[in-house]
Parts: sequence; structure tokens; C-alpha cells
Amino acid sequence: MQSIVFWLLAIVSIAAALSVVSARNVFRAALALVLCFVTVAGLYITLNADFLAAVQVLIYVGGIAVLIVLAIMLTREIQRGSQSNRLRIPAFLLAGLFFAVVAFALVNTGWKISTDDPLVPTTPALASRLIGPDGFILTVEIAAALLLAAVLGAIVLVREK
Amino acid sequence: MSIGLEHYLVLSTALFSIGLYGALAKKNAVVILMSIELMLNAVNIAMAAFSNYIVPVLLTGQVFVIFIIVVAAAEAAIALAIIMNIYRNRETTEADKFDLMKW
Repeated sequence: MQSIVFWLLAIVSIAAALSVVSARNVFRAALALVLCFVTVAGLYITLNADFLAAVQVLIYVGGIAVLIVLAIMLTREIQRGSQSNRLRIPAFLLAGLFFAVVAFALVNTGWKISTDDPLVPTTPALASRLIGPDGFILTVEIAAALLLAAVLGAIVLVREK
Repeated sequence: MSIGLEHYLVLSTALFSIGLYGALAKKNAVVILMSIELMLNAVNIAMAAFSNYIVPVLLTGQVFVIFIIVVAAAEAAIALAIIMNIYRNRETTEADKFDLMKW
């Protein structure tokens, strides 16, 4: 059962990612990107990461995808928009070489697979990892400051003078 | 054949390579940004897979994924704001025409 779900999600996500980089129409590329985000949320569920799946749908599909579609609509180069530059073939070779080398290294590494059962649900455990004692509370606060700075910077950048 | 860590890692590498190709070979700055989001998602899959298979109780990988998503959201907002600002001034989103600061 898990393997059927994995292969289905893997094939759909690879196909969606390929159409993101190959579609001529930028808007269709954005829709393929949304499909890829949704399949990644499905992959999180197969990895027992229920909180991450919810966050993926909320932030990527609900936030970043809408932001990208808005930017596409405001920049009016939809139809002929997604052209390749003259580095297409070197970039293809580089990406293929990268895939071959990294996949070879990953498959030939002896990972220490844990035998513990994964935590389900993960949300309480993640909360105590993030804001509990000996957690990542400093990083959480830095992330809050980063988001505030990013929002202010984006407002300043797009504001009409 | 059951699904192991390597399957997720190879899938993640494939998505990362596709995103790398798009980020290098595309002209439109919005498509480059979309490719970068693909690469970030690929890294997130690898992190979640490591978390599930190697440290299933500590959840360190999932904590990393949350911070990567935070940074990706901030990055997308800023990048799209910069792209729209350049479009307003130069009427293009093609990355090789952003050459005002080129020697």
C-alpha cells in the first residue's frame, strides 16, 4: 500500500516539476508548481509528518502559489513568457551530472536506519521541540524577526512613490 | 519491494536537479523563482525522510523543514517584490535584461 502511494506521488511530482521547467506558458508552469506542492504534501503524509503536510498545503499552496500567480498576472508576459536562455544545454548537462553523482552517493551510503516507531501525531512533539525546554526557541524568535523584516521590506519595495 | 530511505532521497535529488536546470536555463525571473521553490521543496522531502527513517523520535529533520519553509516564504515575498519593482522600472521580467549594474 505504501509503495503504491509513494510511486504514484513520485511520478506525479516529477511530471509536474518537469512541466514547470518545460511549459511555454508561465501560468501553466505555476499551476504545475501547485500540483507539485500538493504531491509533496502527500509525500509528507507517507513520511508520518502530518503537521508538515498541513503546513505545506497552507503556506505553499495557499500562500506562495497565490503570490507567484499574482506576480505573473501583474507582469504580463504570460504567453511567450518562459523561454530558455543560451545556457540551456550546459544547464541540462550540469543538472543531469548532479543527479547522477548525488543519487549514486546517496544509494551507496550505509544509512543507520532507526528501528523505533515514528511518532504519530507529530504536532505535540514538534511543539515541545520548538518552544519547550532545550528546544529551538531562539531560532523561532529569529524566524519571527526575519518574517517581520521580510514583510516590511516587501511593502517598501512594491509601494508606489 | 518496500519503500526505504533511498527512494525518498533519489526522488528528492531528481526534483532538485529539475529545479537546478530551471534556475540555470530560464530567462523569466518568475520562472527562476519557481524553480528555486522546487529546489527548496526537494530539500524538505530529504529532511522529512531523514527525520522519519533515522531520528523518528527526535524529529530534528521536521524542525529543520519548518525553518526552511519560513525562510522560503520570506524569500518568495522579497523576490517577487523585487521582480515587480524591476518590471515597473524596466518593463521586463527577463533576467538577462537586468543589466543596469553590469560593468
